[in-house]
Amino acid sequence: MQQEYKLENIPATTSRSQWLKDNFQYIPPAFITLILLVGQFTFGILDSYTTLVAAIATAMIAEIILARIVLGTWKNLASAYITGISVGILIRSNVIWPYVVTSLLSILSKYVFRYKDRHLWNPSNFGISWMLALYSANVAGLSIQWGSNLLAMSVIWILGLLIVNRAKRLHVTVTYVISFIILAYVRCLITGDAFLAELSPLTGPMYQLFIFFMITDPPTSVSSRKGRIIVAILVAIAEFVLRLNNLIYAPFFALFLVGPLAKFLDLRWNALHKRKQEKPGPGPGSVI
Amino acid sequence: MSPSKKYTKIIITAIFICLLAITFVASRNNDFFSIKRNSRQKAAAEKAFGFYLEPVNKEAKISFRHIAPEVDPKLNNIKMQIASMGAAVSICDFDNDGWNDIYFTNSAIGSKNALYRNLHNGEFEDVAGKMQLAHVNRKGSGVSMGAVWCDYDNDGFKDLLLYKWGKPELFKNIEGKRFERVTEGSGLPAWVNANSAIWFDFNNDGLPDIFIGGYYKEIFHLDSLNTTKIMPESFRYANNGGRNFLLKNKGNGKFEDVTNEYGLTSTKWTLAAAAADFNGDGYPELYIANDYNVDEFYLNKNGQRFEEKGREAGVGHIPKSGMNASFGDIANDGNIGVYTTNITEKGILIQGNNYWQPRSDRSAEQPSFVDLAQISGIENAGWSYGAQFGDLNNDGFMDLYVANGFISAKENTSYWYDYSKVTGGNSAIIGDAKNWPDMEGKSQSGYEQDKIWLNNSDGLFEDVSDKVCPAITYDGRAVAIADLWNRGVLDVVVANQNNIPLVYKNYAGNDNHWIAFDLQGTISNADAIGARVEVEWDGKKQAQIVTGGMGFSSQNQHRLHFGIGKSDKIDRVVIYWPSGHADKIENPEINKLHIIKESKPNN
Repeated sequence: MQQEYKLENIPATTSRSQWLKDNFQYIPPAFITLILLVGQFTFGILDSYTTLVAAIATAMIAEIILARIVLGTWKNLASAYITGISVGILIRSNVIWPYVVTSLLSILSKYVFRYKDRHLWNPSNFGISWMLALYSANVAGLSIQWGSNLLAMSVIWILGLLIVNRAKRLHVTVTYVISFIILAYVRCLITGDAFLAELSPLTGPMYQLFIFFMITDPPTSVSSRKGRIIVAILVAIAEFVLRLNNLIYAPFFALFLVGPLAKFLDLRWNALHKRKQEKPGPGPGSVI
Repeated sequence: MSPSKKYTKIIITAIFICLLAITFVASRNNDFFSIKRNSRQKAAAEKAFGFYLEPVNKEAKISFRHIAPEVDPKLNNIKMQIASMGAAVSICDFDNDGWNDIYFTNSAIGSKNALYRNLHNGEFEDVAGKMQLAHVNRKGSGVSMGAVWCDYDNDGFKDLLLYKWGKPELFKNIEGKRFERVTEGSGLPAWVNANSAIWFDFNNDGLPDIFIGGYYKEIFHLDSLNTTKIMPESFRYANNGGRNFLLKNKGNGKFEDVTNEYGLTSTKWTLAAAAADFNGDGYPELYIANDYNVDEFYLNKNGQRFEEKGREAGVGHIPKSGMNASFGDIANDGNIGVYTTNITEKGILIQGNNYWQPRSDRSAEQPSFVDLAQISGIENAGWSYGAQFGDLNNDGFMDLYVANGFISAKENTSYWYDYSKVTGGNSAIIGDAKNWPDMEGKSQSGYEQDKIWLNNSDGLFEDVSDKVCPAITYDGRAVAIADLWNRGVLDVVVANQNNIPLVYKNYAGNDNHWIAFDLQGTISNADAIGARVEVEWDGKKQAQIVTGGMGFSSQNQHRLHFGIGKSDKIDRVVIYWPSGHADKIENPEINKLHIIKESKPNN
C-alpha cells in the first residue's frame, strides 16, 4: 500500500476544503492508524508493538535513503508510513526479521521495478505477497478476524468509504466488492460450500485493509476511471481463480499479478498516445 | 543517467535480488517437519543422546484403540473437526502394588475404556471390565474425554474422576479390588462438554477439590443437537464456550459447586488446566489454557477466591489456541515454568508454543512470566496438543515431549484454505457450523510427527524427534510420562486420536543416576497434590510439583523422577507440603524410589 493521494478537481470553496486538499495525503495514514488503534484497544490485535515499530521504521528509513540516493529528493514519508504499518498489521510472525525484510523489500520494489519513471507494484503488496508466497515457516498472513464487534467494523467501513470517495477511488472499491460478491456466489455454486462461507473473508480485517488501501492506491492505479473499473474486475476474477485453487492469500496474489501488468500497459498506452499527439503533422510542402 | 546514479541503481537492484534470494532459501531450509525416514538406529541414538524410545504395544500386550465420538448428523460437514478429541491417558498405581498402571479413554458410544494393570513382567492386562471402568460411554450419559486419579477421600487408594462430553463420573476405589460408581449425589454437574479436569486442593484443607473446564457449552449434547450454532464466535476472541466448574470437596463424598463464589466465571473454550503455587503463599494458582482466546492465570487469594490476572502476569495478552498446560523447571534453578501448546502451520498460522518462565521471585504476590519458548528452541512444533517435561536420559535436565497432528485423513489434502475462509469472518458466519465448508475427508495439519526436544543444559533444546524413535505420524493428543517398568528411566505413553496409543519403552544408553519420590500426605491431602520437591546436587537445584493432572487430557505418574547425570551424590532434598510444613532430607540414597510420608510438624 502506498497511497500518495492528491485531490484533484476538488473546488476550493472553503478554507477547510482547501486545507483538506493540501493535507489529504495525511488522511489515509491517519485512517489506517485509527483502524489499528480501534483494533488494538478493542481486541488487542497486535501481538507485539516491537514488530510494528520495526516495520514502520524500516519502511520510513528505507524511503528516506532510497529517495535521496536514487531520486535525489526528500520524499514525504506518508506513503512509507502506510507501507510499514500495513506490513506490521498484515503479516504475522513470532520473530522480528520478517517485518524488517518485508518492509525493506516493499520499499526497494518501488525503486527497482520502474517504468517511465513510475513504480509498477504497490509496495506493500509486493513485499507481503513475496513473503506469503514462499510459504515460510516464519511468516503467515492476517487471515483471522479481529472480533465480532459489528460497531467497530461498521465504523471502519463507513470511514473507509468516505475516504476512498474523497480520494476519487470509490468506484474501485465498489466495483471490487460487487465483483467479489458475485464471484463468491459463483464459487459457492462450483464448490458446494455455503454462500456465507465464500463471502466470509470480506467481513475480515485483511479485506478491509485490502479494499481501502491496497487496491485503491493511486500511484499504481491506471489513469482512467474506466480502466480502474476494468482492473478492479480483473483483480476480482484473478482472485476468483486463485481461490478455486485454495490459495488463502488470493487477493494479494491477484493484485500482485494484475496490478503491475495493467499499470505497465496503461503507461505504455499513454506514452504512445502522447507521442502520437506530439508528432508534428505534415508541413505545407509535404507530399503526403 | 549519470554513471554514479547508474551504479547506485545497480547496487540497489543487487541488494533487492539478494533479499529475494535469501528469503527464498530461508523459507526452504526452515522446515520444522523434516521427517527423515532414515532415522538413526537405536544403538546410535542411545550413544548420541542417551536414550531411545521404542513402541512396545505388542510386547506389553496393549491392544487398545481409540475411536472418535459420533456427532449429530447436522455437523457432518465438519464431523472430523468436531470429533477430534477424546484420546486421553492417565497413569496411576490403582492397586498400590508399586507399579504404574495405565488408563485410556475411548469416545464412541459403546466403546470401552481400558485400565491396563501392570503385571510386573513387562506386560499389562486390561482389567477395566473387571474393575467396572470399561462400559462408561453410553447414550444419554456421554462419552469419555479424559480421566484423572486422586485419593479424594484420603483412604489410601486413588479414585477416578472421568470427564466427558457428558456427565462427569466419580468412581471410588475399593482397596484396589474394584471401583464403585459414586457419581449420584456427589454434587458433580449434570453435563459438561469437558476436555480438561484436574484435582487440586485450592484451600489446603487436606481434601482434594476438582476443576473441570468446559469446551462446548454444556447445553449442547453433541450427538443430538437442535442447532448448528455451536461454534466459537471468533477465532481469537471467543467467549461463548462452556462454563468451568470449581467443585469444593466437602469431605463426605460430596462436592459443592463454588465456581461463581470463587470467581471462575469465564466461558472461554478451555482445553487444559494445571495448578501450582507461583507466589509462595502456599495456595495453588490455576493456569487455564483456552482455545480461541487468551489463556488465563488465576491468582489464589488465600484459598478464599480466585482473581484472574492473566494480563498482569503477562500470559493473557495474545490470543492463541491454548491446548496444554504443563510444568517444568528447564534451567535447574528451582523456577518452574508453564508450557502451553498452540498451532503452527507453515505460511498460514504461526502461533508458536509458549514456555512461561516466572520472572518474579516466588515471594512476589503477583507473579509475572516471560516467554522463553523461542529462545529455548521449543516454540514451533505443529498443531500441538499434549506436552510433558521429563528427564528422558537422566542427565539432570528436563526434556520435552510434544504430541502433534490435528486430522490425518486423505493424504496430500488440506482443509486449511476452507478453514481460513470462515475463521476470517464475522461471528455470525464462524459461529454456525452449517457455514463451515465440507471437509470431504481432507486432512488438516495431519501426518505430523510428535516433537521430542532434548534439553542440552545450556537453555537450548535440540530437536531429536526423528532420531530417538521411529517416525510415526499419528494424531497425538495426550502425553503421560512414567517409569512403567520400575527401571529408573521415564517411559512415554501417547494417546492418539482414532488410533492406537504409543507405549514407548525408554532404552537408556547411559549409566546416569536418578532418584524418585512418591509422596504421601498425612496433614496435607493423601496424594500430596501441590507438594513441591526441590533436589539439590552438584550446584543445581531442580524443582517439581505433585499434580492431580496436567498437560492435555493426561496425568503423569504420581511419583516425581529426577535424573542427576553422572553425579553420585545428592546434597539435599526439600519437600514443601501443601500443609505449609517442610521436610528436609540430607544425602538421600540415589537410584532409588523413596516413599516419603509427611512428617508431623514439631510445635
